[in-house]
Amino acid sequence: MAGRMKGRVGPVATRLLQALPVIAGVVVVSFLLTRALPGDPAVYFAGAAADAGSIAQIRAELGLDQPLAVQFLYYLGDLLRGDLGNSISTGQPVLADLAQRLPASLELTLTALVISCGIAVPLGVLAATRPGSVVDHLCRVLVTAGVSLPTFFTGVVMIYVFYYLLGIAPSPLGRLDFIYLEPPRVTGFLLIDTVLIGDVETFWAALRQLVMPAVTLALFTMAPIARMTRAAMMQALSSDYIRTARAAGLASRKVLFGYALRNAMLPVVTTLGMVFSFMLGSNVLVEKVFAWPGIGSYAVEALVASDYAAVQGFVLAMALLFVALNLLIDLAYTVIDPRIGFGAR
Amino acid sequence: MSAADATRPATQGTLQHIAYVLRENPVTLVAFAMFAVLIFAAVFGPSLVPHDPYASDAARALQPPSAAHWFGTDNLGRDVFSRVVVATRLDLAISVAAVALSFVVGSVLGAAAGYWGGWIDAVLGRLMDTIMAFPLFVLAMGIVAALGNTIENIVYATAVINLPFYARLVRAEVNIRRNAGFADAARLAGNSDIRVLALHILPNALPPMMVQVSLNLGWAILNAAGLSFIGLGVRPPTAEWGIMVAEGANFIVSGEWWLALFPGAALMLAVFTFNLMGDGLRDIVDPRRRT
Repeated sequence: MAGRMKGRVGPVATRLLQALPVIAGVVVVSFLLTRALPGDPAVYFAGAAADAGSIAQIRAELGLDQPLAVQFLYYLGDLLRGDLGNSISTGQPVLADLAQRLPASLELTLTALVISCGIAVPLGVLAATRPGSVVDHLCRVLVTAGVSLPTFFTGVVMIYVFYYLLGIAPSPLGRLDFIYLEPPRVTGFLLIDTVLIGDVETFWAALRQLVMPAVTLALFTMAPIARMTRAAMMQALSSDYIRTARAAGLASRKVLFGYALRNAMLPVVTTLGMVFSFMLGSNVLVEKVFAWPGIGSYAVEALVASDYAAVQGFVLAMALLFVALNLLIDLAYTVIDPRIGFGAR
Repeated sequence: MSAADATRPATQGTLQHIAYVLRENPVTLVAFAMFAVLIFAAVFGPSLVPHDPYASDAARALQPPSAAHWFGTDNLGRDVFSRVVVATRLDLAISVAAVALSFVVGSVLGAAAGYWGGWIDAVLGRLMDTIMAFPLFVLAMGIVAALGNTIENIVYATAVINLPFYARLVRAEVNIRRNAGFADAARLAGNSDIRVLALHILPNALPPMMVQVSLNLGWAILNAAGLSFIGLGVRPPTAEWGIMVAEGANFIVSGEWWLALFPGAALMLAVFTFNLMGDGLRDIVDPRRRT
């Protein structure tokens, strides 16, 4: 076991190194977006009563009179110190705001991912084992309908049906109804923090708030996962090693889950990269619909208030999160399929 | 044998194949019909709607759907049906413009990278990787925030996030054919590189590009509507599906469902149409890629 782990350190390190140029690209794009701000930031910061002299002074203070390359170095220096600028609307450093709100977004996104995989993978497997059956058609309809549903619209419909008509969902305002006390912040994940202090009632309240936004988000991302699972399973099931395994008299359960599914998982895990891209994007929309206090609704508020430092900080944070998730997926490959090394590609 | 005789069996075969695909999968036929309805609404909608989509009338605010107002009226007394129909033109225009832009730019860049390779290929590859390194909707938000909050910038942002798909597709299609026999023959006959690329190699990439366009159109509409839903691009009085859902969402908790439902359903139908059409086109263009 130790030997096997040691053999994997090389490829993993290579993959980590491969992420560096991508991060560099993300930082450059993020810098360019910051520089392309509408209007002159110096005029903006100087205020309405400024004359030409004080604007020039502020421009020099901000380093805006320097060549673009020098400005980029300043920007890099700020980034390394964790300085993303201050938010105009909250008055706090952007990094602190993002750190404060990130757990809410992560809790929502991860729950949605679990729901989505939990439904889509079995559905894809069922559709692949019974092509042309009712389940298969259901899968096809769901897949096509799922990607056509605008997330924000699904959210609004769910609020209408489950909150207004049926009255079984709590009011779609944030993570916790105001009658409950928020647990002391340990991880920032309400579901975990409430369990840590043993507060069952608040746990249920938080879970009830979470269900609707998470299902909304999951509906949108189920489609690519179910589609890929079905395609990959069909291909795996028609391959020679499955025929051999069947001919050798292995139990069909063993063939299906031990051999076919494990091989089919590789392309599915690849699709997860695209799924994350969708998910982080539609996260913003779902957070706005459900007034979820995550970084998505923070960015929407910042956009409305023309609070550009906050928006650019959000874009950079999301991009870095996405790079990290993709890295995680590639590393998960080595666990699923030991044959994969990163050096060859 | 004349040229007409030579082409007739091939054309017939294609038509028969299309007819076969449509028979096998009537859903595709429905998709093309719905597409025709959308185009009709976009072209003739504004001159056919029963009410002025911008005329407010406080006396008939927030009325549920009725014979006079099929989709009801909104909080300012505007006719929701008229607004939904009129919005078709703007939504289609944004997405078609964005997809056309990324189609053209992506084709030129991808063709150059696939044909000449070398540093062009390397630079383009890195550039596309960088775009793909962002969650695409988030990148679009950042671009619109940086360039300014206008409809044109929504088009540019949507075009940028679609660019990698076209550039990569064209690059791959051109790359595998750059040394094909017919390309060598065209070069030997004295055609310039540009001419060989544009007239001999690129047309081969068009069928898969068409499928991509159809799938992308749906996605572009979703994207533009999402951006206007969070308050980017389209300004309030304008009739546009995304912003209408956003406005209607404020009334959903008090039970006025028709404000958000109808524009949302129109949006869904449009995206659904383009996705189905994309699947159908794929069946027609390449039967092997069916999933």
